[in-house]
Amino acid sequence: MTQETDTQEVEGTKLENSVQFLSFTLGEEEYGVDILSVQEIRSWEPVSRIPNVPSYEKGVVNLRGAIVPIIDLRERFNLQHSEYTNLTVVVVLQTILQGRSRTMGLVVDSVSDVNNIDAQLIQSAPDFGTKVSTEFIRGLALVDERMLILLDVKKLLKLDGEDDAEEDDDES
Amino acid sequence: MSIDMAQFHQVFFEESFEGLDIMESGLLNLDMGDVDSEVINTIFRAAHSIKGGSGTFGFSAVSNYTHVMETLLDEMRDGRRQVTQSAVDVLLGSVDCLREMLSAIQDENEIDEVSVAEHKKALEIELNGKQANSQVADVEISEQAANEITAIPNDSSESVWKISFCPHADLLKTGNDPVRMFRELSELGDLEVIVDLQGVPPLFDLDPEECHLSWTLILKGDVPREEIDDIFDWVEDECDLSIQVLNPLEEPVNVQQPEPSSVVDQAIPVVSLATENPANSEPKQDIPVVAKPAKSEEKKAKAAASTSIRVDTGKIDTLINMVGELVITQSMLSLVGEKFTSDKIDQLKNGLVQLERHTRELQESVMNIRMLPISFVFSRFPRLVHDLSSKLDKKIELKLVGEHTEVDKTVVELISDPLVHLVRNSLDHGIEMPADRIAAGKPEMGTITLEAYHRGGNIVIEVKDDGKGLNKDFLRNKAIEKGLLDPDAVLTDKQCYELIFMAGFSTAEKVTDVSGRGVGMDVVRRNIQSLGGNIEITSNLGFGSTISINLPLTLAILDGQSIAVGDETFIVPLGSIVESIKISDKMVNRVAGKGETFRLRDEYLPIVRIHNVFNVESAKATKLTEGLLVVVDGQGVRCGLFVDDLLGQQQVVIKSLEANYRRVEGVSSATILGDGSVALILDIPGLVRLSNQ
Repeated sequence: MTQETDTQEVEGTKLENSVQFLSFTLGEEEYGVDILSVQEIRSWEPVSRIPNVPSYEKGVVNLRGAIVPIIDLRERFNLQHSEYTNLTVVVVLQTILQGRSRTMGLVVDSVSDVNNIDAQLIQSAPDFGTKVSTEFIRGLALVDERMLILLDVKKLLKLDGEDDAEEDDDES
Repeated sequence: MSIDMAQFHQVFFEESFEGLDIMESGLLNLDMGDVDSEVINTIFRAAHSIKGGSGTFGFSAVSNYTHVMETLLDEMRDGRRQVTQSAVDVLLGSVDCLREMLSAIQDENEIDEVSVAEHKKALEIELNGKQANSQVADVEISEQAANEITAIPNDSSESVWKISFCPHADLLKTGNDPVRMFRELSELGDLEVIVDLQGVPPLFDLDPEECHLSWTLILKGDVPREEIDDIFDWVEDECDLSIQVLNPLEEPVNVQQPEPSSVVDQAIPVVSLATENPANSEPKQDIPVVAKPAKSEEKKAKAAASTSIRVDTGKIDTLINMVGELVITQSMLSLVGEKFTSDKIDQLKNGLVQLERHTRELQESVMNIRMLPISFVFSRFPRLVHDLSSKLDKKIELKLVGEHTEVDKTVVELISDPLVHLVRNSLDHGIEMPADRIAAGKPEMGTITLEAYHRGGNIVIEVKDDGKGLNKDFLRNKAIEKGLLDPDAVLTDKQCYELIFMAGFSTAEKVTDVSGRGVGMDVVRRNIQSLGGNIEITSNLGFGSTISINLPLTLAILDGQSIAVGDETFIVPLGSIVESIKISDKMVNRVAGKGETFRLRDEYLPIVRIHNVFNVESAKATKLTEGLLVVVDGQGVRCGLFVDDLLGQQQVVIKSLEANYRRVEGVSSATILGDGSVALILDIPGLVRLSNQ
């Protein structure tokens, strides 16, 4: 009896420890985000440009009545820009930032898979020095002998200049 | 069967707060010399319903307290008591106290027993007329009272109450349930219920909605008389009730009704009747319960969001009519569409015109539902002025004009605090002391006017006083003294007055608890600007000043002018557009070779080229003569926006950019156009700032 419950618990913890990630590609690289933060996957549609913002913030779209910003992840990571085609995909992510629910779309090349990854097997990203910024990277994981770069959604959805805006508010 | 009373709490609180507001305004309107009995009646009724409601929901602290108030009011109503200023003050204090108690219950906090006891004692003293009319004595005694009141519950001893309760036949029809009352009584002490079946008619004649029973109740325990009274409070007029105290040593059974035999004889059927009686009374209760779930659930859902809105039924009726028309138009259109031939094109056009009109009307009436009269905000001011003027020893009359002007609910909620601030300022700084007023040849009584009216698509709220007005030189010197202003600066009158909006600016000689810390006016202005409005001051030294607040009617929809710059569409708030012109090179001047200005009548205005400011590469017009200049005025900033073309006017629904994104300089918010794409709504002052960089 006790043994049974023990094994169940072990299984339970195993399940708890494993996290599902949605993986997508940017060029040759494969990235993953926590699937619980993915709201939907859409195809690329023209956006309304926002003036005077970094070029990776492509603009905003109307997502069923809500105004949602679209970020080009290639440009965000300083990868080479590629033309948008019918196959270009927008992954809409949702997370809670500063007590508010935030929705944002990420332009990626294509969506590939959903992977179960044991949280214990996620390695932290090695230090690349100043060559590569690792601020958005939650860790690295091995899936079928391929490396998956797991992204931190909260950090990803926090836009540059946002902190400045808040500081402005405090000052005024 | 039990009913979850909690589902009605929200309604009770709303009604009680409304009742308190009625009491407050009634009390403030009481004229000492000539008392209008109808006013007292209104106050009394409000108190009575709060008492009744709180009793029903088991908030005994509230009902006990209101009971004392009610007794005092009752005596006033009957003319047994003079309406004195001190009584009114005590009652006003009690209204505050009740409001605190109710909000404490609503937020599930502890009631502040000490302050309640203080107020209650003050009321009781007023009631018993023991004390002099001085307020100082009032406070002292009530402090004493706070100590006394804790001791009171201990000195009532074990007693036996005999209650004979003969309800009239229609008791049940008024929604009262004896079983519930008995249950409450049994909570007070040891209760024995003896039923008298004599009045029960034969089954054939029995009307299940009538009550034919009467009861004798023996209640043993440490129970004060008032608590028993409270329970029967709702039914006093619908029954014959006698409450007597029995000698605790005597056996209660010996002291029964004149016909003890019948009671004893019937003692056994009590059980069967006890079950029968609820059967009689329960259908009565079922009706409201069955009918209400939908409504109460809705209420509850709203309570979770903690806001609700009371809408005039007339508005809802209009809405329903509108929807009816819409449905008719729709069916007409689908009929046309079913077998469409080209000769029906006129019919189709007509239908579409109708559809457009109905949609617009529907939109207007839906917006109308959100509109509340500004009196929701104004109604708190009589009290504020009353309290503050007595505190400051000033004589002030408050005039309210245009209280029925309707404004969006959001505006009503957000305008309240800034207005309080402005009125306090007028009271404290504006109106002079009575002696000074007489010396200045003005009437002793100062006047503050709160006025609201519509102007164009805006609502204007004015706070006007006939006090000393703003002294420009004084303001200027103060600002220089505080280091907020360059001593050499040249200011227009308007700019001088606007100094009072600067953070850290205060003209008060000393800081009082009313005002003078120099925070506030800047916050007021910021709050109003965040509502999309502006604030202006006009003043006449020695004769008073007027502060007017200009606010958009609604925050959800905006009349906009679409403009095109290259491939992009922007919306300019229609209210801020002065005119649109085509300009010639002759009208344009350059300052330092760069800053472009143009002359419009007697004014030089800067030109803001949107395609430059927003880096629109696809802009068609780059020479000023190729495009159009839209002259705009946003919060006092005037400029000409250079655009490719004007597209059309439309009402747009405002969507926040910040919800998922962030604030963008020069853009106030976004909207969704007819084709589903997003357009940005321009923020004129922000644009000017941006173009100056």
